[in-house]
Amino acid sequence: MKLLSYFRGEAFQRGVHPPSCKLTADRPIRRLPFAPRLVVPLSQHIGKPSRPIVRVGEEVVRGQPIAEANGWLSVPQHAPATGVVEAIELRPSARGPWTESIVIRVYEASTQEVLWGAPQDLDAFPPQDIILAVQRTGMVGLGGAAFPSHAKLSVPEGASVETLVVNGCECEPYLTCDHRMMVEHARDLMVGIRHAMRATGASRAIIGVEDNKPEAAAAMRAALPPGGNVFVEEVPTKYPQGSEKMLITALFGVEVPSGKLPLSLGMIVNNVGTLAALGRLLPAGQGLVERVVTVTGPGVGRPGDYRVPLGTPLSFVLDYAGAPASVANDSRQVILGGPMMGQAIASLDVPVTKGVSGVLVFRGEDMAAREGRRTYPCIKCGECVESCPMGLNPSMLGMLALRREYDAMGGQYHLGDCFECGCCTWICPSNIPLVQQFRVAKQILREKAAA
Amino acid sequence: MGSLVLSGLFMAVLGVALAGVLAYASRRLYVYEDPRIDEVEALLPKSNCGACGTAGCRNFAEKVVAGEVIPAQCTVNAPAQNSVIADLLGVDAGSVEKRVARLACAGGRHVAYLRARYAGHVSCRAAAVVSGGGKDCAWGCLGLADCAEVCNFDAIHMDAHGLPVVGADRCTACNDCVEVCPKGLFSLEPISRKLWVACRNLADGDTAEASCEVACTACGKCVMDSKPGVMRLENNLAVIDYAQNARAAKAAIERCPTGAIVWFDNPNTPVKGAEARKILRQNELPLISA
Repeated sequence: MKLLSYFRGEAFQRGVHPPSCKLTADRPIRRLPFAPRLVVPLSQHIGKPSRPIVRVGEEVVRGQPIAEANGWLSVPQHAPATGVVEAIELRPSARGPWTESIVIRVYEASTQEVLWGAPQDLDAFPPQDIILAVQRTGMVGLGGAAFPSHAKLSVPEGASVETLVVNGCECEPYLTCDHRMMVEHARDLMVGIRHAMRATGASRAIIGVEDNKPEAAAAMRAALPPGGNVFVEEVPTKYPQGSEKMLITALFGVEVPSGKLPLSLGMIVNNVGTLAALGRLLPAGQGLVERVVTVTGPGVGRPGDYRVPLGTPLSFVLDYAGAPASVANDSRQVILGGPMMGQAIASLDVPVTKGVSGVLVFRGEDMAAREGRRTYPCIKCGECVESCPMGLNPSMLGMLALRREYDAMGGQYHLGDCFECGCCTWICPSNIPLVQQFRVAKQILREKAAA
Repeated sequence: MGSLVLSGLFMAVLGVALAGVLAYASRRLYVYEDPRIDEVEALLPKSNCGACGTAGCRNFAEKVVAGEVIPAQCTVNAPAQNSVIADLLGVDAGSVEKRVARLACAGGRHVAYLRARYAGHVSCRAAAVVSGGGKDCAWGCLGLADCAEVCNFDAIHMDAHGLPVVGADRCTACNDCVEVCPKGLFSLEPISRKLWVACRNLADGDTAEASCEVACTACGKCVMDSKPGVMRLENNLAVIDYAQNARAAKAAIERCPTGAIVWFDNPNTPVKGAEARKILRQNELPLISA
């Protein structure tokens, strides 16, 4: 690996160093019991919502498919617990709008054992069949984007993949679910990497880990398969290294061109959590019914990484983790995902979905310091320009957003390259909500493009 | 001295020669443009709002002169001004029914519950992407005034309870508020449509009423009280078939228990039915937790 280090620069340019606050890094993953009712939204992924294949009143067992993929960019859903389908109706979702969901009343005697699935010998499968097997697991990117994994692993005609980049950076403060997966499930990860390499035709796999997780790197090095085509590389800790473009720059010193995918450089990037889960599900022929979620923050009594059945209401998760759901919404803030890119949520009735990597709870006193800060005009200090990993000019973009000059933002100022990492907003001394303005602008530009 | 005269002469000859080229070019490359286009444009409001469906006032003037649109299509001008344009062109001004923007929500802060308080960039669009904005009703108006801000004609202002009120005489139906509302609550309606459902909540009646006191609970009384085919229930919501607008009557609103079905006696102020729950509260409702 010396050769790689030679070509490598000093990680990527710009970025920020928020306090890491990884409270739960050395606690083993624990299992969460079943909530009395699980709500499985049909749209937990990017792409078309799944189509239900069960009826109200039907009994389902843990792991049974309850909705099928609706087209190529879609995935099936599996019953997270044994029980009865109580309803298929609109339910609140974390994003706000109510979405079609399957509600399962869980049998009290339901066990954690997955009762559905047929073991398969993937080494006998040709690559395209592995891709189909990945789609059958219902797997999506567990890092938070929730992009269907089979679509990510399929290499389009005319392109070729040399390197599978495995993203173990987990640069968001507080989150440790990927960290624990690397420590506890390194073997599953290696199985997942092997199948992903076969599916994509990659000749080598490189696992990028930030250097603040030495025990994760050590655990994975110990589990490396013979053959020497899987490597573990430590990269200097910096936010937002978990973004695939930043990680590629940190590992190889090359930049993914604007508007292009890593595929244009012969690379495919996958999250460690995704590949570790695939490594367990694929050989067993099972579907994704649970995921590891970091429940943490100053407002949580028993912070930790929990293996949560998909569809578990957040109120149940928080009750179990020692952040009672009965505490008034007024006096705390609950965030899904990490503190930098996550979304505050309004209701605890919403379920844990495939894309939820963390649940953060901040108490009133933690928020007080921030709430008091008002927004001042831009003083043109340039801190945001110095921190934007994509090399954009957030200050200018923010001023354009206030004037609703969305076309200029999208064209001349390359708003499309912004992936909303939040560095500019985090560092802004005037407390300007830049990323929020960019989200609005991107939404309006998408609407214009669609019209 | 000689060189001075010579250079002066040279410049004069050069000037005449280039003037000749310009004169020739202006004849040769002349594009005829109907002088009436400029005259019509001068009579237009120059707000470039796009309510007429063309790309701004100049484009509208071109199309009016070409006979592709009628002068009355300009909703910003007073009708008298449009007849001036019509007289200038010797065509009929025509008539277009006035349309106004209407909001399909009546859930102000005094009747609709909040789940959480939103803090951040003050804009409905920005709030809507943060878990829907914190309102218990996922369909309701967030009240952060994106529509009032985007309105070029000062036709929308926010009332005391954080709901936008449309001034019908100022509204030109330019569609800006329709586009900006993240919940899609505005639509442009001809003023002859007096019956209106001021709610978009698709949750079942009890859930809807628990989140907002003026929600449509889909009780069906309005459907029973209106002539067949005028109203129907769809996805827990009363829906009006405006193809049957001529048969719509005020009777439909009279028994509405929450006052979600309203009647626009005049285009500015909706009227609730006699049995609608009276809302006396003026203060903001508290948060509902868990």
